[in-house]
Amino acid sequence: MSQIIVEELTKTFRVAERRGGLFGFLRRRWREVHALQRVSFALREGELLGLIGPNGAGKSTTIKILCGILEPTSGRCEVGGLVPWRERIRHVARIGAVFGQRTQLWWDLPVADSFALLRDVYRVAPDDYRRALDELIALLDLERLLSTPVRQLSLGQRMRCEIAASMLHRPRVLFLDEPTIGLDAVAKLAVRDFVRTLNRDRGVTVILTTHDMHDVEALAERVMVIGKGQILADGTLASLRHDVLRERRLRVQFAEEIGDFEIPGTVIRHRSGLSVELSFDPRQTPAHALIADIAARYDVEDVHVDEPPIDEVVARFYARHELEAR
Amino acid sequence: MSGRGSHALTPYVAVVRARFGVLLQYRAAAIAGFVTQCWWGGIKVMVLTAFFAASAGAPMTLPQAIDYVWLGQALFTMLPWSGDPDVARMVRTGDVAYERLRPLDTYAFWYSRAVARRTANPALRALPMLLTAGVLLRVVGWSAYALRAPAGVAASLLFVASIALVIALSAAVSALIDALTVATLSDRGVTVLVSPLVIVLSGSLVPLPLFPDWLQPILRNQPFAGLMDTPFRIYTGNLAAGGAVFALARQAIWVVVLVLLGRVVMARVMSRLQTQGG
Amino acid sequence: MNALRLYGRYIATSIRSQRQYPASLITTSIGAFAATITDFVGIWALFARFRRLEGWAFGEVALLYGVVSVSFALADSLTRGFDVFGEQFVKTGDFDRVLVRPRSAVLQLLGYELRLTRIGRLAQGAFAWGVGAHLSGVEWSPASWAVLAFAVAGGIALFSGILMVQATLAFWTVESLEVANTLTYGGIEAGQYPLDVYARWFRNFLVFVVPIGCISYFPVSVVLGRVNALPYAFAPAFGFVFLGIALRIWTFGVRHYTSTGS
Repeated sequence: MSQIIVEELTKTFRVAERRGGLFGFLRRRWREVHALQRVSFALREGELLGLIGPNGAGKSTTIKILCGILEPTSGRCEVGGLVPWRERIRHVARIGAVFGQRTQLWWDLPVADSFALLRDVYRVAPDDYRRALDELIALLDLERLLSTPVRQLSLGQRMRCEIAASMLHRPRVLFLDEPTIGLDAVAKLAVRDFVRTLNRDRGVTVILTTHDMHDVEALAERVMVIGKGQILADGTLASLRHDVLRERRLRVQFAEEIGDFEIPGTVIRHRSGLSVELSFDPRQTPAHALIADIAARYDVEDVHVDEPPIDEVVARFYARHELEAR
Repeated sequence: MSGRGSHALTPYVAVVRARFGVLLQYRAAAIAGFVTQCWWGGIKVMVLTAFFAASAGAPMTLPQAIDYVWLGQALFTMLPWSGDPDVARMVRTGDVAYERLRPLDTYAFWYSRAVARRTANPALRALPMLLTAGVLLRVVGWSAYALRAPAGVAASLLFVASIALVIALSAAVSALIDALTVATLSDRGVTVLVSPLVIVLSGSLVPLPLFPDWLQPILRNQPFAGLMDTPFRIYTGNLAAGGAVFALARQAIWVVVLVLLGRVVMARVMSRLQTQGG
Repeated sequence: MNALRLYGRYIATSIRSQRQYPASLITTSIGAFAATITDFVGIWALFARFRRLEGWAFGEVALLYGVVSVSFALADSLTRGFDVFGEQFVKTGDFDRVLVRPRSAVLQLLGYELRLTRIGRLAQGAFAWGVGAHLSGVEWSPASWAVLAFAVAGGIALFSGILMVQATLAFWTVESLEVANTLTYGGIEAGQYPLDVYARWFRNFLVFVVPIGCISYFPVSVVLGRVNALPYAFAPAFGFVFLGIALRIWTFGVRHYTSTGS
């Protein structure tokens, strides 16, 4: 049974075109923008979906509709049996949302004060609150942060608190909009760990939008690419990779100087000193055969086979669909 | 070298032009501001009319007071009731030290920005206000409430000269506020102090001649009178030619005094910035 | 937790938050006092020169001014969330954050901040009120207190309604909010003088469209004994009517926002 159902969801905006002249804003011309065009998908309880796509592709429109903030032009959408925008208050009481670049915490007050206020906003019973808070403190290592004013927290600490704040009422669905934006490496890992725990151990359904493909790589079994208001791909990251960029990369470290160098079925990507990076198509040239071939001809010190970085895969995918990245 | 003088001024001219461009973009705000000014002016005119009906013996006539009010509404944005918001922001963020990186005299730089601010806004707002008060009100039959022409040719010329001095004076006050903002590390304290003073003492609130007689000697000789009261009384003929020339001289003296004061404060502040690093 | 208690929590949180910057709180409050007392200085100057205005003495106008000023100071302090709505919520997208919480948006915005610095305006309004009460020789019976308390309540409702309409405009444009200032600040300006001063059409505007006259001129006239008709004491009810209409407009604006996302 699907927890989130989206069928033929369409959203069209009317945008005013600015015109020049002193009274230009009085004579507006309108232009239609199709933010979402007949988008359909479903999500089971406990799934983790990574939603990617360039800015303006329709990601945040999708999230806004699912959160009940925005009403679609047409189509159907249910989250846990509720139509978000029609039963907004009941719906939002059951979801959590983190918008990476905005805070829901009171800037000048200790984190604990914000949490206490959110408890009242979400009508969480005192016992439930205590239990939820204890768990979150343990999971996110918040003990020391609770009495600190938000303005004194680092971005990473604040993000941990933001996520905790959105989980105090134990929602079954969590929306994370760019949760790792601007974080340093350690903080990113902490956030990913926590999201993974929520999803795997607690069975919380998570929808994550991000520009950081490593988030997706680390977390999402299922990836959906949105571009120009449509779903362009929906599947695992591996299948996306398979569709877009099958090549592999082989890095060879030679033990001695080599002269002209060419191996059939490969392309040289970089060459510097004794190290060379090749790309090849594993369907035509299996990796083991290629390595054996090179090792037979040259004195090789080390080899390393890798997939192209995920950013490159996605960039290639955007390019194929003529999407403007960022 | 002949081109040298203009060359030295080029950066300041560029600043003025750029600021004009920025301000002109806020046309919707300007139109909204215009509506507000009309409302305000209308109320003041009606209130003054009612007051004048009750008793005679005021040191100015009702038509003079009405002209004074409309001019005040038209030129409201010339008043230096706050400093440069950019300077305030730089002080908050600590970026003000970078102002020293510009190969310019900082006081002159800030002064030119103030000139632009005190010219661009009124330029945008004055004309529609003057047309409304001077022409539209007559057309719809409210001539009694309308703005009249200047009291004469001499008054007109003196008025223009006085407005030029208003801009110089207003920019001097603005630049002084900027310098004090840097000195006190916040624009808040200075603005809190200066803005009510400017509103009351310029005549923007109530025409200065209508204040009690015993206050007149003080009101006439304080610097803020040169921001509105002087040109407006010249325009309306409340200040006769001789008195007008004298009043212009008073405006000019205050410009000099305030520029010197601003430079002194600025020099102190900047030398402190250089030794303490802001 | 019911709405009223949650509101209480919000306010307590807001006050704690502002107490973090006591120095700024004090300077800004003093600034608000200094900036707003200028209007009263203006009224004083004109009365010093002319003595009377349409049969009203200085003390009587001071009382009128005090009532308007106190009402607006309280409304402005309570409805900060609506006052900064365009800048702080619509432009930044923070209104989305409000919508993903299971409480009414009005409640959350009212709870956004209780602006303590408005104590400056409140103090000068109270000062004018005191001066007016002293000079005009009003007899302070419980009845006159009741009339003015109702006037202030109606005034808070009216000014809150105006700010709410201003906030609603922000769903369409963030540019022209200065128009609303005409009604708030301009309204105080207009409401601090007796209505007799104004042209008939303007008087009608101040009674029937944006009923500032109803929350100041009529009740104050009753208290001063200038009119002998008790119904005028109930005129501030129009402030509540205005607030009701403003709420409808607000709801319409929110619906527009959720269907267009602005």
